[in-house]
Amino acid sequence: MLHIKCPHCGMRSQNEFSYGGDATVKRPALNKEVTDQEWDNFVYNRVSPRGKHLELWQHLSGCRQWIKVERDTATHEIFNTYKTNEEIA
Amino acid sequence: MTQSYRIETGGLINRNKKISFKFNGVTYFGYDGDTLASALLANGVHLVGRSFKYHRPRGFFGAGVDEPYAVVQLYRNGETEPNIKATEQELFEGLEASSVNCWPSVNFDIGAINNFLKIFLPAGFYYKTFMWPKSFWYKIYEPFIRKAAGLGVASTKHDKERYEHKYEYCDLLITGSGPAGLASAYSAAKNGAKVILAEDKPRYGGSLLTSDVNIGNQSGKDWADGIISELKEMPNVTVKNRSQVFGYYDHNMLVMSEKVSDHLPKTKKYHPNKRLWYIRAKEVLISSGSIERPIVFGNNDTPGVMLSSAAKEYLKVYGVLVGKKPLVFTNNDSGYETAIEFKKHGVDPIVLDSRSNPQSEIIDEAKNLGINIKNSYVVVAAQGYKKVKSADVATISEDKKTLGKIENIICDCICVSGFWTPTIHLASQSGNKTKFNEEIDAFVPGASKQNETTLGAANGVFTLEETLKTSFEKGKELSKKITEKDNEISIPNVVEKKYSKHDRFWCVPLPKGKSYKRFLDFQNDVAVSDVEIALREGYRSIEHVKRYTTLGMATDQGKTSNLNGLQLVSEIENKVVPSVGHTTFRPPYTPISIGAIVGREVGRHSKPTRKSPIHNWHEEYNAVFVDAGVWLRPRYYKRGNETLFEASKREAKNVRTNVGVCDVTTLGKIDVKGPDAAEFLNRVYTNAWLKLPVGKARYGVMLREDGIVMDDGTTTRISENHYHMTTTTAQAANVLSHLEYYLQLVWPELNVNVVSTTEQWAGAAIAGPKSRDLLQKLFPKTDVSNEGLPFMGYVEGDLFGVKARIFRISFSGELAYEVNVESDNGRFMWEKIIELGEEFQIQPYGTEALSTLRIEMGHVAGSELDGRTIPYDNALEGLLSKKKDFIGKRSLQREAFVAEDRQRIVGVIPLDKKTSIPEGSHLVKDANAPLPNKKLGHISASCWSVEHDNPFSLAILKDGKNMIGKKLFVMSPLKNKVIPVEIVSSHYVDPKGERVRS
Ligand SMILES: [Zn+2]
Repeated sequence: MLHIKCPHCGMRSQNEFSYGGDATVKRPALNKEVTDQEWDNFVYNRVSPRGKHLELWQHLSGCRQWIKVERDTATHEIFNTYKTNEEIA
Repeated sequence: MTQSYRIETGGLINRNKKISFKFNGVTYFGYDGDTLASALLANGVHLVGRSFKYHRPRGFFGAGVDEPYAVVQLYRNGETEPNIKATEQELFEGLEASSVNCWPSVNFDIGAINNFLKIFLPAGFYYKTFMWPKSFWYKIYEPFIRKAAGLGVASTKHDKERYEHKYEYCDLLITGSGPAGLASAYSAAKNGAKVILAEDKPRYGGSLLTSDVNIGNQSGKDWADGIISELKEMPNVTVKNRSQVFGYYDHNMLVMSEKVSDHLPKTKKYHPNKRLWYIRAKEVLISSGSIERPIVFGNNDTPGVMLSSAAKEYLKVYGVLVGKKPLVFTNNDSGYETAIEFKKHGVDPIVLDSRSNPQSEIIDEAKNLGINIKNSYVVVAAQGYKKVKSADVATISEDKKTLGKIENIICDCICVSGFWTPTIHLASQSGNKTKFNEEIDAFVPGASKQNETTLGAANGVFTLEETLKTSFEKGKELSKKITEKDNEISIPNVVEKKYSKHDRFWCVPLPKGKSYKRFLDFQNDVAVSDVEIALREGYRSIEHVKRYTTLGMATDQGKTSNLNGLQLVSEIENKVVPSVGHTTFRPPYTPISIGAIVGREVGRHSKPTRKSPIHNWHEEYNAVFVDAGVWLRPRYYKRGNETLFEASKREAKNVRTNVGVCDVTTLGKIDVKGPDAAEFLNRVYTNAWLKLPVGKARYGVMLREDGIVMDDGTTTRISENHYHMTTTTAQAANVLSHLEYYLQLVWPELNVNVVSTTEQWAGAAIAGPKSRDLLQKLFPKTDVSNEGLPFMGYVEGDLFGVKARIFRISFSGELAYEVNVESDNGRFMWEKIIELGEEFQIQPYGTEALSTLRIEMGHVAGSELDGRTIPYDNALEGLLSKKKDFIGKRSLQREAFVAEDRQRIVGVIPLDKKTSIPEGSHLVKDANAPLPNKKLGHISASCWSVEHDNPFSLAILKDGKNMIGKKLFVMSPLKNKVIPVEIVSSHYVDPKGERVRS
């Protein structure tokens, strides 16, 4: 079980969090014309990298904040965690 | 029966407490402190089971966790448990156990015929044989495999024992209380670190219990006892015996199984049977020791062949002789320790040493005691079927390839020592890249991946002096990092015997003309010849060889077999062992009972149970409850002998004719507040929200970004910047997360807050033509007329001194209201409604009637909003705003979503108007078409329409729009039903929706 540092609450066990997928995906702005391809990329297409990955988690049984976690998908090493509005190094 | 193999004195057992137990129906006696294995051996019982594949007789091979043979079925306090190692099971009064893998008895086992047919059961046998014909699978192959497989029988009864989970944090977790564990625990504890010391056996001390050493001016055991009692007194130390750390997971999380009650005849009141510890440790010190490895020779699985260290342990800990004419077969000095122990107790052993001229202190001691030592000698084969009777031995050449003339030596046990294998399982599980140590011919931990350090024998360090020194230092160093304390510890002097180099020799060659089975894996019956076949057939990766032969796949996880298997592969393949590599070590290190893993989360504890504040009233009025998400809801209120069908029909009918009341507390409720709340709702819901006035409710549908309907519900504008959103019971948590996602990540500029208020409000739906009359009685001061409180209107009211929210919304299709009060007033509200509703013939109704009412109205719910349907499919396209963007809107342009013949909700009526239609059935055009019959749609929900008094169902049907009036068939292969049906509109009652507005 992972040990994740919530930037709001501190180190907590994985079972307090829920996974939210790739954190680098950007939703197209409302009312903006987008092509099928652009929309598909937003809704469906994801890379599945081996190694460093920036992902979303929600501290569901804690502060309920969505956070960004930089994690190695192969080794589970967590390099850093960020608040949603934080600049990512 | 007498304990004829028990020596007069000695051992760590309590001879003042005699214990009776039964094995295979025979009563025996042992002592307090025995294991089942030691007690049986004391009684001269060596035959305990039959092997897995060939059903060969099985005895004891080890004395602990590494035991591959002595797996028994245990009976305790009216319960039974399979897969128990007799070497680990402590004896208690009244213990009963029986052999597994044999029928009709361990002495005469029909399955042993496999042994004589073994030529037919080589490696890969299962893969090669059970392939065709297909029809043989169910009748012949599967029953055969099932009967042959398994190590005992699981109980089919409910397990009455309790199992607990515990979460713990510590600075240092130390696994194993041998010299390395004790020394590191001691120095870390003295530095003030929070330490957990775990020992899987009942007794602390590990190898110190059996080795002949001195630490300081004490014996090793006395030193261990002293350290343990000191540690137990320290408030920062937790010392646990009978506790196996079996898994090393990510981020230094380890799991330990503590056997709290297995050693007792009966679990004490309020005690668990086992306790599973989830331990998050800053540092882990692995001091799990090493396991002796066998030497492979002919018939080396015969009962009476066992590890030499086990023989020594039985003697020193339990005072039991495993034989009275022992033969010790060794390639290193350890065998001599066992021989000396025998000799000290008046038994004359013979030592066969594969080395030609070994010299060391301990060998000299053995010689001085007059022990018969034969150098350059090996055991070629054990003789005897159910028990060793003699051994064929021979000299062996220096290159270990040629045997001399075979001689026979009478003996009753063969104690084998092939040197030591460090127990690296935990280190390997943590991700440590292990490396091969040529000095000891075994793998040892390499570079750590997590915060783990391996000490002592587990790290390939076999001298006590070095083990103690490094362990004291490591415990101090790691704790200092955490506590910043630096307590000086003087490392005691050690007196131990020096070992000479072991012989790199692990397998005795077959003599000419003999085809003895030489076993590598004792639990899975994998012999040298099996691995040879696998390699001959082209298997190269050690992982493939393992699976093809099942080497190391049994419940003992190859603790005694792995390295010899690797040696064999490396020899045949002409590769060095490190390049062969070892198979992956996976948790659990040793079998863990399912009960311990599940913990308390069984039955109604498997998830939280939520009850509405009105729950007790429902109970008092004979409600039959149903699980709705995490909630318990009344399904129906039983009157007399009513069935579910009768009761729900009565309740639903009463709503249509009079008035009913339903507890809707479970509905998800979310407060949406802030100046941008309207804009937010406008983006979240598919319809328009900017112009909803204060005091009005609106029905809304929300989508996922992929266009699939996520949830629906009504949201009410309570005040300018305050909305009360409702969700379905099941989706409440998901919807909240969904809203938080958009507010926190996508549109952080919106000034809106959301919070769940589900538990804050108790809700009652009052539905039926007489509901307004009742509402007026409940709120005499409020104008509840059609003008004062129109459809989708909202007012606040005073319910006899209790503040209430009144929503005019309807799920049943009738004139209906929903009243909310603060949860604590829930029962007061409910009782008032029942009391004042009496004159209007009010009846409470449950979820079954609720479903009936919504189905015949064609209102969609969870069974239609099943994560696969878009708004059009549910006839909700009228709610899609063309003027604004919303979550998921762009996806609705997808080709499949705009297809002309897109699936759509319809109503379904059986032609005979009698036959109920099973939910989940398929709709097909031709009931007699060949399989697979093309599915046109499926039945999502079924009811007995109380309005029309016949069955009615909702279905999601391809091209549903153009199917109204068509005749199809409903097929349910599960219920073996074919029903001719007609497709009708999904709005079966009041299609114009006049009642809700009346
Ligand atoms: Zn948090």
